[in-house]
Amino acid sequence: MRILGIETSCDETGVAVIDAEHGLLSHALYSQVALHAEYGGVVPELASRDHIRKLLPLVRQALDEADTAAPDLTGIAYTSGPGLLGALLVGAGVARSLAWAWGLPAVGVHHMEGHLLAPLLGDEPPEFPFLALLVSGGHTMLVDVQGVGRYRILGESLDDAAGEAFDKTAKLLGLGYPGGPALAALAEQGDPARFSFPRPMTDRPGLDFSFSGLKTRALTTLREARTEQDRADVARAFEEAVVDTLVIKCLRAVQETGAERLVVAGGVGANRRLRERLRAAVGAEGASVHYPPFEFCTDNGAMIALAGLMRFQAGAGEDLTIRARARWNLAQG
Amino acid sequence: MKLLSIETATEACSAALWLDGALTSRFEMAPREHTRLILPMMDALLAEAGVRLADLDALAFGRGPGAFTGVRIAAAVIQGAAFGADLPVVPVSTLAALAQQGLDAGATRVLAALDARMGEVYWAAFEADSEGLAVPAGPEQVVAPDAVPVPEGQGWRCVGSGWGGYEQALRTRLGGRVSDIDSSPYPAAAEVARLAVRDFAAGLAVPAEQALPVYLRDKVAEKPKT
Repeated sequence: MRILGIETSCDETGVAVIDAEHGLLSHALYSQVALHAEYGGVVPELASRDHIRKLLPLVRQALDEADTAAPDLTGIAYTSGPGLLGALLVGAGVARSLAWAWGLPAVGVHHMEGHLLAPLLGDEPPEFPFLALLVSGGHTMLVDVQGVGRYRILGESLDDAAGEAFDKTAKLLGLGYPGGPALAALAEQGDPARFSFPRPMTDRPGLDFSFSGLKTRALTTLREARTEQDRADVARAFEEAVVDTLVIKCLRAVQETGAERLVVAGGVGANRRLRERLRAAVGAEGASVHYPPFEFCTDNGAMIALAGLMRFQAGAGEDLTIRARARWNLAQG
Repeated sequence: MKLLSIETATEACSAALWLDGALTSRFEMAPREHTRLILPMMDALLAEAGVRLADLDALAFGRGPGAFTGVRIAAAVIQGAAFGADLPVVPVSTLAALAQQGLDAGATRVLAALDARMGEVYWAAFEADSEGLAVPAGPEQVVAPDAVPVPEGQGWRCVGSGWGGYEQALRTRLGGRVSDIDSSPYPAAAEVARLAVRDFAAGLAVPAEQALPVYLRDKVAEKPKT
């Protein structure tokens, strides 16, 4: 079984070929981040326009690198949602139509399912069941994963996603867009004891998150900031607060579910301080922490090809409708 | 010449199959249903004719202007099918396909206007070639109704949704050059196919990767001032 996977839900165009026996055969990625940086955020219409120009050349590249032609393929998987509707429609339209032309089945997969299965692309894939923390610019959620398609959302952000809070606060610090990694770098120079930010929603039971207040706190604290050191101290206080909050909730989820494995996926999972704290805290509970290979932390086609492969193995296949869903609850499958 | 075409740039969703001069088509007014309808339409046309996608010489699509999302659905579907079947693609102006309906109704010159929202219309003038098929008589543009270019001569037939929403402003601008107005036609794949057959013969087909939308409205976001 060999699957072509296509991802266009936001500002990355990703295509990959995966084989049930031989693993990932190729993956091609084009990031629009430079395009949107000029506008200080993702412009949906520009994202759609870029996807339609870039997708087919990437499909050709991924197939060539995988030495794969139509007769070698079993099916085509595409990101059906959630995400930017116009952007999703490009990938869904090309994928569904290509599958029709080749007489192959197609399946629309959930973007977050791709993320939470991405650690299975690594050398030491975690076994089911596991707990998944999905932290990106678009999502923050804790998911109990019993198997493919068996997901229970334990908690999620009620406002900004963690990565979104990073990017917005980075903007306040004058670090450009997307500034999450730059904020983390600046925080390295900061004094963790200088300012203390709250740990939102940790003083009550439950596993939901809220990060928009931290951005406001950063804004008010920055009004007094005069020097580069002041700014670094604010960055550090903000990062400490986000990381600490994520760790507290993960620990709580591990204790409540008795999970033996925690999977961390999404762009924020690349944050060094988050990785260190999670390893220590979750390790102390006797659970292991797993990450996708670095290149598959952010949006990519490989995770969609993988999710598609697992869906096809479970017998998936759809009619000729091109399915794009801006909103789609992961737990509803 | 065998060719399959689609047009999804407006509320209308359609597909057409040209088999050596014989034309069959599907057409439905279906706002927001294009993603459900278009591939089954294409599939049914081929199945009824007993023709395989690989038997065709080319694909064609209405490349816009029109609703951004609708135009992109057409481009995406045609890219996937053309890449999959290794077929060339003929991009056809959605305004030309619309104008063709005016020519077919007996006119020799047509002003095609589609509602572009935001107080503007997608606009172009067309005349008939020796075969009665639409050829541009000026550039396509997105423009306010009171600023459309005034064509030369008289007897221009006016077609398209742009004449519904902005008839008064357009009449004021164009005065006696307009003959009659019909805002009811929607661009359709049947006319896309006929124009594509001509353009294919003229060598205007492109590879799948170059089956791209024409939006006309290109200023879609403001860069921050800082």
